[in-house]
Amino acid sequence: MNEGTKEELISQGAEGRVYRTQFQSKDAIVKERFSKKYRHPELDAKITRSRLNSEGRNIEKCRQLGLDSPAVFLVDKHNSRLYMEYIEGCTVKEHLRLVDTNSAEALDLALRIGKAIATLHDGNIIHGDLTTSNIMLRERDVQKIVMIDFGLSYISTSLEDRAVDLYVMERAFLSTHPNSEELFSSLLTGYVQQSKNGKGVSDRLNQVRARGRKKSMLG
Amino acid sequence: MPDQLDCICYTKGPGMGAPLLSVAIVARVLCQLWKLPLVGVNHCVGHIEMGRVVCNSKDPIILYVSGGNTQVIAYSMSRYRIFGETIDIAVGNMLDRFARVVGLSNDPSPGYNIEQLAKKGNKFVHLPYIVKGMDVSFSGLLSFIEKQKDVLKDTHTAADLCFSLQETVFSMLVEITERAMAHCNINEVLIVGGVGCNERLQEMMKIMVEERGGKLHHMDERYCIDNGCMIAYAGLLQFMNGFTTPVSESTVTQRFRTDEVLVNWRE
Ligand SMILES: Nc1ncnc2c1ncn2[C@@H]1O[C@H](COP(=O)(O)OP(=O)(O)OP(=O)(O)O)[C@@H](O)[C@H]1O
Ligand SMILES: [Mg+2]
Repeated sequence: MNEGTKEELISQGAEGRVYRTQFQSKDAIVKERFSKKYRHPELDAKITRSRLNSEGRNIEKCRQLGLDSPAVFLVDKHNSRLYMEYIEGCTVKEHLRLVDTNSAEALDLALRIGKAIATLHDGNIIHGDLTTSNIMLRERDVQKIVMIDFGLSYISTSLEDRAVDLYVMERAFLSTHPNSEELFSSLLTGYVQQSKNGKGVSDRLNQVRARGRKKSMLG
Repeated sequence: MPDQLDCICYTKGPGMGAPLLSVAIVARVLCQLWKLPLVGVNHCVGHIEMGRVVCNSKDPIILYVSGGNTQVIAYSMSRYRIFGETIDIAVGNMLDRFARVVGLSNDPSPGYNIEQLAKKGNKFVHLPYIVKGMDVSFSGLLSFIEKQKDVLKDTHTAADLCFSLQETVFSMLVEITERAMAHCNINEVLIVGGVGCNERLQEMMKIMVEERGGKLHHMDERYCIDNGCMIAYAGLLQFMNGFTTPVSESTVTQRFRTDEVLVNWRE
């Protein structure tokens, strides 16, 4: 399909490699998932297949909700490869390393990220791996939020799944960006403002957090 | 001999209330009797520091897996930060409860018996595999087995179930460890805690780490399980960096998060 095109490795993630390439003369990236030798072959095949499918499907759904996500060019099930639009810009993680995380601009970015997540949830998409590396800024512009990395995403209408999605993000966010509690609370404010059921989700989030704290930690 | 001691270290938490309290009382008595400073230590930090010194590991991703804990930890900005953890029950707790469902004995331990029986299984059955970012969840898996056990037992032996359980659960743990490695850009892994004794978990982790060109530190079983040395050693690091616990504050706490401790002995 894409033979002879040069592929340059841009990220070696946990499960896949992301290469920069061309697809029908458009700037593209290809995300290839490879089999994991530590995993039982049946389990491995199932996981690889289901994540490739969810990613292709839910990036499209995300775009239909009016959020920005890379255009999907091709899902190559045979080689577990997903070709998509190359986003010129940076990840939010990279951006936050360069700016003052308590600045008004950073707080506003977090607020708008919260709103984007609410829109995603209102469309019944649970992202499954919300981190600042999985949200990009097109042209490094803080107004242009792009959601990526939908490998762990799934469709759900449950309050619990929404709350856990935010809980997982909160924990990854605070460990990646220490002392940025204000930033995350701005994100939640944005979420509650935008969400169809902001109060319900935030109450549930408090329950999930309390469960986390109460969880036994014996030896 | 008391005159050869510099301080008394005790476990402040986390853990079960009664044993924590009785040790704290003895520690308080001794430190007043011998006029020595007291140092309260976090049990998890004890595991981590013991692992680092025994394995000579500078900056690892730590997978801490025991009866009460399932955490993926890395050092950053003066804390051991928890990047991933279980959002419900701990892996060791889940293994123990699974052993009861399939009727395994507690002697010498449920986890050990699962590991031995798993070696005789080979028919894989798909079980709920739940990874959320760098976190995992085991409660769905346990309730699936509880509900389906009679159906499963028609087609699979107890050995097959142990085998499938280990393959599924350890894959989840290896996956979140790998996610943390990619996220933090770290290439060493250290496994601590009782479940870390499991050889299949070690083997799977080794394959993953080697595929990334990294290093899995081999933890001696004697240090994987709880031991007093780790408390003494972590306490000493704290003591040498100016930390002591006044007797009036020498409480214990059943919940004491790893990231609450100021780690000022690392660069
Ligand atoms: N469409 C894109 N355009 C430009 N850069 C991208 C694009 N998609 C991903 N990247 C870059 O590659 C990195 C890794 O991509 P991604 O998050 O999709 O994979 P991953 O984290 O390895 O996946 P997974 O979590 O499913 O294993 C991103 O953090 C980002 O820097
Ligand atoms: Mg990613």
